[in-house]
Amino acid sequence: MKKTYKIDVDCANCANKMEEAAKATDGVKSAVVNFMTLKMSVEFEEGSEPKSVMQDVLKNCKKVEDDCEIFL
Amino acid sequence: MTKKQKKVLIRIIISVVLIAVISLLPVTGYLRFGLFMIPYLVIGYDILRKALKGIMNHQVFDENFLMAVATIGAIALGDYTEGVAVMLFYQIGELFQSYAVGKSRRNISDLMDIRPDYANVEKENGELEQVDPDEVEVGNVIVVQPGEKVPIDGTVLEGRSTLNTSALTGESLPREVEAGDEIISGCINMTGVLRIKTSKEFGESTVSKILDMVENASSRKSRSENFISKFAHYYTPIVCYSAAALAVLPPLVSMAFLHIPPNWGEWILRALTFLVISCPCALVISIPLSFFAGIGGASRAGVLVKGSNYMETLAQTSCVVFDKTGTLTQGIFAVSAVHPSGITEEQLLEYAALAESYSSHPISKSLQKAYGRVIDKSRICDVEEISGNGVKAKVDGKEISVGNDKLMKKLGVSCEESDEIGTVVYVAVDQKFAGSILISDQPKATAAQAISGLKKMGIRKLVMLTGDRRNVAGHTADELGIPEYYAELLPADKVSGVEKLLGEQKAKEKLAFVGDGINDAPVLSRADIGIAMGAMGSDAAIEAADIVLMDDDPMKIVKAIRIARKCIRIVYENIYFAIGIKVICLILGALGIANMWAAIFADVGVMVLAVLNAIRALSVKKL
Repeated sequence: MKKTYKIDVDCANCANKMEEAAKATDGVKSAVVNFMTLKMSVEFEEGSEPKSVMQDVLKNCKKVEDDCEIFL
Repeated sequence: MTKKQKKVLIRIIISVVLIAVISLLPVTGYLRFGLFMIPYLVIGYDILRKALKGIMNHQVFDENFLMAVATIGAIALGDYTEGVAVMLFYQIGELFQSYAVGKSRRNISDLMDIRPDYANVEKENGELEQVDPDEVEVGNVIVVQPGEKVPIDGTVLEGRSTLNTSALTGESLPREVEAGDEIISGCINMTGVLRIKTSKEFGESTVSKILDMVENASSRKSRSENFISKFAHYYTPIVCYSAAALAVLPPLVSMAFLHIPPNWGEWILRALTFLVISCPCALVISIPLSFFAGIGGASRAGVLVKGSNYMETLAQTSCVVFDKTGTLTQGIFAVSAVHPSGITEEQLLEYAALAESYSSHPISKSLQKAYGRVIDKSRICDVEEISGNGVKAKVDGKEISVGNDKLMKKLGVSCEESDEIGTVVYVAVDQKFAGSILISDQPKATAAQAISGLKKMGIRKLVMLTGDRRNVAGHTADELGIPEYYAELLPADKVSGVEKLLGEQKAKEKLAFVGDGINDAPVLSRADIGIAMGAMGSDAAIEAADIVLMDDDPMKIVKAIRIARKCIRIVYENIYFAIGIKVICLILGALGIANMWAAIFADVGVMVLAVLNAIRALSVKKL
């Protein structure tokens, strides 16, 4: 399953970091952060619950870039 | 400006005032240090906090860390003004960057904004209700007023209007629609009210697919972008270790071997300057921005590019392979010559059209179109299709035979064989030859111009592949000026043909295939880059191709390559410019020629110029 979320982040490098962090989260198959459109699209692993996975994604993103936001 | 940016601006103003006041106060020692800490914390608290968090989360080497180390170092060495000022300039630079990027992002997004906000659904009692396009079901009836966007694909039930398709095709020529016509979402209704029966859900409609494609385009990263992220990955640690070496090695060498004082302060300051210079922001921001602007500009011109990597490939194209029918030619058969024998032209056409009127073959359609009048079916009887050869029918009591030369031979009719290029239809009336009609496919108006345009821009090889007969293919190739063609190919032959051409390519040269998308899917995906044209409304083309030309104009191929080349040129300009200036500044910093102020100015200046340069990729009108 694939879902797209609006995000807020200040710099392109931070967006890359968010992408890496989201990819490394359990339950995420792949993730792409588009700094230009300020969107993150996440493909989830089979059988994972997007809502709880996204909470982890947000937590991991905050770890690498304090100043980011994902609008869930 | 956003709230965040305004807050930073206020902090900048406050600290500028504070620094000015404190510099004038006649204080020294700890008091001076304490006073300078006020503006330093006002302007830099978030940087310090982020640096600290970064260290705790094992994300040490980022620009916050660099700035924190550099400014704290400067303050520790007693250079309070420099420490605070560097932090201040860094924040000004960041503010400027976020403002410039935000603004250009909005500009580009606005250009691409073809998303309809609402749909007017007609309820059972005839009233209109404004709803979110997502909520409209297939088969609902929607009403589009003049000036509104068509929100969902469908069929026109009622009304007649002119559509502005420029947002989709980049073409300013309006398109006429009336009841019964298919209509595509994303067009703007200009003149009349239209009642439309939807045939797709919003998510499946053309406008959603296009938006989806453009928005996800930058997720397919180009090699330049990958290069930059790799570069940043190695660059920051290398710079940090070099700075450490710069701070420690020269003083140690001075002490141990040259027996002169180590001058720690001077070298540490140089190392800190080195750190400040090293921020790679200009690169990291301007490369994706260039691609985004290029893709945005292209989509404005009716060229949809599915990813930054395709921009790059397209710019390196040296060989363009074309499909013939529907790509270079109109793909519509039309009567181009009538040669009667013993009867009038009009009579010949009339007999042929009437006899063929029960057939749905493209040839029969073009005959009827050329005839141009309503067919009175009561005049026709005893229609007999002779498979592969033609049709026999009784019209007004006369026996009419319409078909190819084989049919004429079969009937024992001697006919004047035509050697014209195209499909020749022979007509016999009561077993007697009555004339022939030439039906052929015409090249598109701009096809020859596009071919010569491609030659002019240095495309080395132009090839045409077609399933059509050899003489037809040769004629078209000559007419358009294509030097190489292969005819009578089955779809599988086209794939092997493209593979053969791919094998002949040199390493860095790319091959593009241009097709009309529907039957060329295997070739489109086999070529280095597949370009589908005339794709408005064709899902298959949008799926299979890497680049989609929204209208049928072959000139768009030339334009697409020009846009791609410009975009890539800008990307390389930015890479060389940013890295070049950085390296020069790093050397100047290490030698002690450039101080921290100069370093910050260099950083912000390069970034601003790179961003402005990136935005140039957006303008594609004059290409």
